[in-house]
Amino acid sequence: MVASLYGVEDEQKAIWVFLEQMEGEVERVSLEILSKGRQLADEAGWSLVGLLLGHQVSDQAERMVAYGADEVWLAVHPLLEYFTVDAYAHVVEQAMLKGRPSVFLCGATPNGRDLAGRLAVRLRTGLNADCTDLRLNPENGMLTSEVTGFGGGVLALLESPHHRPQMSTVRPGVFPMGEEDPNREGHVHEMEFELAEGMIHTKLIQRVVGEGVDLTQTPVLVCGGRGIEGKFDMLQEFAHLMNGEVGATRPPVDEGHIERERQVGQTGVVCRPKVAFACGISGAFHFVVGIQDADIVVAINSDPNAPIFEYTDFCIVDDALQFVPALIEAIQMDRATAND
Amino acid sequence: MTDFKIVVCMKVVPKPEEIRVDPETRRLERSQVRSEFNPPDMNALEMALRLKDLYNARVIILSMGPAFFEPYLRIGLAMGADEAFLLSDRRFAGADTLATTYTLAKGIEKLGHPDLIICGEESSDGATGQVPPGLAEWLGIPQITLVTDIEMDLEQRVVRGRREVRGGHEMLEVPTPAVISVKTASNEPRFMDYEIKDKAFKQTKIGVWSCEDIEADEGYIGVPGSPTIVTGFEQATIRERKREFLPGARDEVVRRLLESIQDYL
Ligand SMILES: Cc1cc2nc3c(=O)[nH]c(=O)nc-3n(C[C@H](O)[C@H](O)[C@H](O)COP(=O)(O)OP(=O)(O)OC[C@H]3O[C@@H](n4cnc5c(N)ncnc54)[C@H](O)[C@@H]3O)c2cc1C
Ligand SMILES: Nc1ncnc2c1ncn2[C@@H]1O[C@H](COP(=O)(O)O)[C@@H](O)[C@H]1O
Repeated sequence: MVASLYGVEDEQKAIWVFLEQMEGEVERVSLEILSKGRQLADEAGWSLVGLLLGHQVSDQAERMVAYGADEVWLAVHPLLEYFTVDAYAHVVEQAMLKGRPSVFLCGATPNGRDLAGRLAVRLRTGLNADCTDLRLNPENGMLTSEVTGFGGGVLALLESPHHRPQMSTVRPGVFPMGEEDPNREGHVHEMEFELAEGMIHTKLIQRVVGEGVDLTQTPVLVCGGRGIEGKFDMLQEFAHLMNGEVGATRPPVDEGHIERERQVGQTGVVCRPKVAFACGISGAFHFVVGIQDADIVVAINSDPNAPIFEYTDFCIVDDALQFVPALIEAIQMDRATAND
Repeated sequence: MTDFKIVVCMKVVPKPEEIRVDPETRRLERSQVRSEFNPPDMNALEMALRLKDLYNARVIILSMGPAFFEPYLRIGLAMGADEAFLLSDRRFAGADTLATTYTLAKGIEKLGHPDLIICGEESSDGATGQVPPGLAEWLGIPQITLVTDIEMDLEQRVVRGRREVRGGHEMLEVPTPAVISVKTASNEPRFMDYEIKDKAFKQTKIGVWSCEDIEADEGYIGVPGSPTIVTGFEQATIRERKREFLPGARDEVVRRLLESIQDYL
């Protein structure tokens, strides 16, 4: 049987969280995992350790204590300024072999998945990808990860009983972010490690990163599907009036009507708005999982038998291309009257 | 033919909408389920075939799975791949990512030294993109994941890929051999070529390899090679909604809707 580089006998009772940063700012998903990690660590009486790699990131380390970490392991190096999987895997591996955590968590982001995928093989351990929930058994220290499969229709529970660390990547947006508490006490530990240019084979030639949208946090989500025939300007106007953001199903994204980061669902973003609108969307499971945590769902579809109505609170059988403009007009009129 | 060689990793998956969990046994009901090529892997194959068109590369399909995968691999041949190999052995069954990547890596080693290994973004039956980085790790070579487009420099022996990240993209360059994963839907997979279809379905032999053929260590494959165990399945429940149809003419519906959602904003 394949054995991990370190086993259950030499583990430390600790949960480690990889703190992903971009341009010196720790990503939101890492903070979400920190707060879930804090809860699990408290229940089990374990410690919570954040692992932060970067160049000019020391100021962020203290902040991570305020977000719940008992300890922050900090690795600072010019070659860590930007993420390359070679450099990061190298340093995280060294940290893990030193710290021997029982549990290692990171965000299921493009970089988090790259890193976790390589590390799991290097350490010969299991990896549960894209988890939507985590449980830690305080008695035996077993981590149970919940993952979804088959378009979101099936939940599976996974464990790695004999291998360490127990690794999982966590889907952004599934855990709420905790409050910053400046009175929390913790310890920042600056790591010593080996890293040299020759170990890195990935060359970053160019990076174009704009503002980016974060659909996971919007209070109102206005989604458009194939049925709106690319009229995202109309949805944008409506979303703007409602202080919300526009999302989409996969077909309009594939057809280039809207950016991929606005895709909602199984292979897109999972959101938890107060109100989600589904305009011209049939209601495939792949899409519906992306709005299942909305407080209220409104759907507008010209087909009264569209499956989306199964997952909807307020169902409207109408042409979205006419209904949405009518809605916009009504809101504008109400506001004009209110301002008189 | 150049000596530029590409391996495309492809998997056959059950159609997701047909999978159910048996509420009694908590196991997956997959006997009635039809299968298909993992859709993202069609994008991987298309990327390889475009490189074949450009550089006359040799494209080899590699898959790990049961014997019923074979006819699917022929679809890939009919699209233009040159060869296909299936790693098939009872002992490979039950593999998690660690065992799967080990087995595929052994298969790739047996195929000689490819310049590129191209994978799909993720498999639709649950695993999520952990195979490409895991493969790269076993093979000890670099990776570029989630690319929408790549560019080869055969002389310098490097590959450049445009990779999607949050809020934008980056251009990365790595030396070959390297593992690439292709962002789903970033190209339009071609149809089967009817001129080669007959040959692909009747003549071309698909190599089927066992554990011994790829010289795999039995402790690293299938169940013994898999740290992860599945302790249960559940049918995901979508929460109950009101399902209230708002009646009336359009203007009335607009009014009713605005009133109904007011409390939630
Ligand atoms: C592996 C995999 C992953 C996937 N991941 C995702 C994902 O993350 N997110 C996602 O969304 N999809 C995903 N999909 C695709 C998903 O299965 C569906 O194909 C997709 O959600 C359908 O989008 P749609 O509802 O916009 O289009 P359609 O299914 O074509 O529905 C269009 C709807 O619009 C209605 N309509 C037409 N005209 C009008 C009008 N004028 N007014 C009102 N209604 C109108 C029609 O009645 C119809 O119900 C995935 C698929 C696969 C295989
Ligand atoms: N059994 C398999 N045989 C061949 N390729 C596979 C297999 N499993 C995964 N892959 C490849 O790895 C990619 C990512 O899969 P996964 O990591 O399982 O989400 C897929 O799109 C395939 O290209």
